[in-house]
Amino acid sequence: MTDKPTKPRSFQEIILRLQNYWGAKGCAVMQPYDMEVGAGTFHPATTLRSLGSKPWAAAYVQPSRRPTDGRYGENPNRLQHYYQYQVLIKPSPPDLQALYLGSLEAIGIDMDMHDIRFVEDDWESPTLGAWGLGWEVWCDGMEVSQFTYFQQVGGHDCHPVSGELTYGLERLAMYVLGIDHVMDMPYNDPQSPIALKYGDVFRQTEEEYSRHNFDAASTEMLLRHFEDAEAECARILDNAAEDPKTGKRIIMAHPAYDQCIKASHIFNLLDARGVISVTERQSYIGRVRALAKLCADAFVQTEAGGWAA
Amino acid sequence: MPDLLIELFSEEIPARMQARAAEDLKKRVTDGLVEAGLTYVGAAAFSTPRRLTLTVQGLLAESPTLREERKGPRVDAPEKAIEGFLRGAGLTRDQLEERDEKKGKVFYAVIEKPGRPAAEIIAEVLDATIRNFPWPKSMRWGASSLRWVRPLHRITCVLSDEGGAEVVPFEIEGIKAGNQTEGHRFMAPGAITVSGFEDYEAKLKRAFVVLNPEERVEMIWQEATNQAFANGLEVVEDRGLLAEVAGLVEWPVVLMGKIGEAFLGLPPEVLQTSMKEHQKFFSVKNPKTGRIERFITVANRETRDNGATILAGNQKVLSARLSDAKFFWENDLRVAQRQGLEAWTDRLANVTFHNKMGSQRDRIARFTALAGELAAVTGADAALAKQAATVAKADLSSEMVYEFPELQGLMGRYYAEAAGLPAEVANACQEHWSPLGPSDDVPTAPVSATVALADKLDTLTGFWAIDEKPTGSKDPYALRRAALGVIRLVLVNDLRMHLDRFVDAQLLRHQIAANGDAEEALKEELLREIAEHGVFGAAVRTVLERLDGDAPEWVGQIVEHKPDTSDDLLAFIHDRLKVFLRDEGVRHDVIDASLAMPGKDDLTQLVKRARALSDMLGTEDGTNLVQGFKRANNILTQAEEKDGVEYSFGADVKFAEDDAEKALFAALDAAEAEIAPAMKAEDFAAAMSAMAGLRPAVDAFFEAVQVNSDNEVLRRNRLNLLSRIRQICLSVADLTKIEG
Repeated sequence: MTDKPTKPRSFQEIILRLQNYWGAKGCAVMQPYDMEVGAGTFHPATTLRSLGSKPWAAAYVQPSRRPTDGRYGENPNRLQHYYQYQVLIKPSPPDLQALYLGSLEAIGIDMDMHDIRFVEDDWESPTLGAWGLGWEVWCDGMEVSQFTYFQQVGGHDCHPVSGELTYGLERLAMYVLGIDHVMDMPYNDPQSPIALKYGDVFRQTEEEYSRHNFDAASTEMLLRHFEDAEAECARILDNAAEDPKTGKRIIMAHPAYDQCIKASHIFNLLDARGVISVTERQSYIGRVRALAKLCADAFVQTEAGGWAA
Repeated sequence: MPDLLIELFSEEIPARMQARAAEDLKKRVTDGLVEAGLTYVGAAAFSTPRRLTLTVQGLLAESPTLREERKGPRVDAPEKAIEGFLRGAGLTRDQLEERDEKKGKVFYAVIEKPGRPAAEIIAEVLDATIRNFPWPKSMRWGASSLRWVRPLHRITCVLSDEGGAEVVPFEIEGIKAGNQTEGHRFMAPGAITVSGFEDYEAKLKRAFVVLNPEERVEMIWQEATNQAFANGLEVVEDRGLLAEVAGLVEWPVVLMGKIGEAFLGLPPEVLQTSMKEHQKFFSVKNPKTGRIERFITVANRETRDNGATILAGNQKVLSARLSDAKFFWENDLRVAQRQGLEAWTDRLANVTFHNKMGSQRDRIARFTALAGELAAVTGADAALAKQAATVAKADLSSEMVYEFPELQGLMGRYYAEAAGLPAEVANACQEHWSPLGPSDDVPTAPVSATVALADKLDTLTGFWAIDEKPTGSKDPYALRRAALGVIRLVLVNDLRMHLDRFVDAQLLRHQIAANGDAEEALKEELLREIAEHGVFGAAVRTVLERLDGDAPEWVGQIVEHKPDTSDDLLAFIHDRLKVFLRDEGVRHDVIDASLAMPGKDDLTQLVKRARALSDMLGTEDGTNLVQGFKRANNILTQAEEKDGVEYSFGADVKFAEDDAEKALFAALDAAEAEIAPAMKAEDFAAAMSAMAGLRPAVDAFFEAVQVNSDNEVLRRNRLNLLSRIRQICLSVADLTKIEG
């Protein structure tokens, strides 16, 4: 019998173990992107880096915001702000499933006692113009991760294909730690001099943001900002590849992509404010997708995107 | 004769695709083998979440040698011709034979295709099979350009006979075929070497893999029913779920758990849906109380605690799910009991149905009005129909339906009951969604049928009004389904109605609504008149005249309403009707012949006519009569064109010379006497059979009589007689449309 890892004791310990595990497996352990995003996939380390031919391996925590999921901190597992753990490896290694299962062991899930299943779940992001095939991974009937082989991003075929793993950290941690309400989950070690629960850290912000997202955010301003971000994204990319000041070829794919992320988040907020009708919804999604495509087109023209002079 | 074993080992194949994929593997490989000359005795295919397996027994060890003779050009033929022949045959000149024939010496090519070993053929067939496999969705992975449903890891390909087993040399995109496979991912990791199918299947079982999906289904069902029975309970049968679950496990382990006491008060459908959709659990019912009290989950492994940890985990997930459901259910019940269903319909004012058609609530108001009008033809109580239509969509605002959209309608029924509404209304809340598919039950309760019809007609007219019709394969609003729903509602309930009047009224309702607020009372009065008497009816004019120049602007829309859009929608419904009847075996020309008759917006009558005509054409008399009719019609049409007159003056029996001619007069008189009252009573079967009864007389007439007589009086009389045949036949259906 091999030694089973001990049970983690807190939310943060699970995060740290994932960081250590994927770091040891050769991923660049990156930091969250410094903008509001709906999911870890939006981080340029995933969206943009999954494009082009250059190999890539990154892992990171990404705070994610889904304004419509706000429940004022009352729902046991719905939050408008939560954390995703994201791993992206290009090309997807042949033993990605085994690597993934190893990460579950690393956070204290005993493979001999649990029932792990890969259940079909194809992933699609209409706003990113992206899709892939894969599974949701079940542990004893509970979805603990999303496992996807990217086929297309920003309208571009992925070649080579990236393997993407996304862990919903709160839910996974609640399962591993045996917690029923997210707010009761130990954030740091419960033996710490100042022991903090998830609720100590986030209950108040969940309330504040729920109120803001549903009732207070200025829709008029948001609508304006959406238009601005949309226009700015296109404007940035309209610049010639050659920078007149340095004479270098500098395509501003990332700054443009920031505007795309911004538009996407503003759309989510408008959605939460309930001012977008079903049909308008499609049109907004289409507009964000158009930006994502522009950025993807630009990125593959850069060095990181595999462009060579 | 050797046996072949192929296994394609991959990451988890979606459960819903496995059975089909196993069949495709069998078909493609065996077809390919046979095509290359390798016949076999038997074959079978299997699937698990991680593998597709094919066994072929009694395969030829090599394909037979083929000898082919080709006749070429004459020996003295031009050089070009001989060269071309050599190229085609793939031979050189000295390999040709010269044979003496009548016309001189001729070249012959004898091409011998030697047989090829099975392994070589298998490798080729397998390569083509993998590359062209018809997965519903496939993907690439890593840096490979191969496509498979999920990454393909291993190929086992073994050819075995009494002498032993050998690997078929084969490689595709870096994956080399071998004689090894793997067992259960967790219970028996590592490679297993196999020498043939029996060995393979037995070793897999020892490595905790049950290869045959039917065996897994059987194991699961047996064990589940046993466990339930031991507790005095029974499993709610669900074949689809059973097949799906069997596709999620290689080593099924059935575990039964309890549903928390707190959740047992939830409607059984809520429990069942929540457990099935989210968790793929079976429901276990107490036959005494009818309540669902336990669940069964199927794990993919054994554990040393006999599944206790797994079951506890599943139970916990279920509790979280059901807590949500219970929370929704209780909140919803409170709303229904205290505020009534209107609280929800009011909220639907904020839900856009379509940006050109306003909110869900606007839509409800529109089809409620239509339901009131339709009640006259459906026999429903108009007040109840309107009440039901008003609340039919209320549950869309409920929390439960927001969470479980598939429970829409059903929850409406529960909540309508909770709100103390009449039973007919509660039923309609559930039943008005039907029929959804072609095999879905059609509501027959008058109130339910009325609301269902109003709902579907409103959808159709709405999208026609804004000109968003289905095109090609694009039908995002499922309008074809709605049209089929209208057809089936009308036919099953035997409704007699002028569909186009209701279509006109509802179209106008949409168009007026699009122009902003109209004076409700007046608008509704006008539209009701249209629904009852048609857009050109006198009653509508009466209302308009009363306004006398003082009419609001939107009234102009009614006055100037052109039936083009209604006609177009009706044509769309007729198209769906054609598809519907074709599936029933009614020929398209029969439908066209019926559609050409007046009153085609009365679908019940239309279909009665088509079915009677179809039956008649199934008889010998019927088909022959149609031939006779066509002959009569051709002769008549030619004569009418030539003479520039229409022969409809009526024939006179006193000019009849021949006995057959006289007999036809008598037969036509008799048939007319039968057909006219039958048509009046809409007894199409009787009318058609009377018409088919004309056959011997018509045939005898054509046999004995020359229509185009030299005697002009006789000729004209006979043409007028043919005109009677035509008239009688066309009064029943437009037989000119019948083919053949």
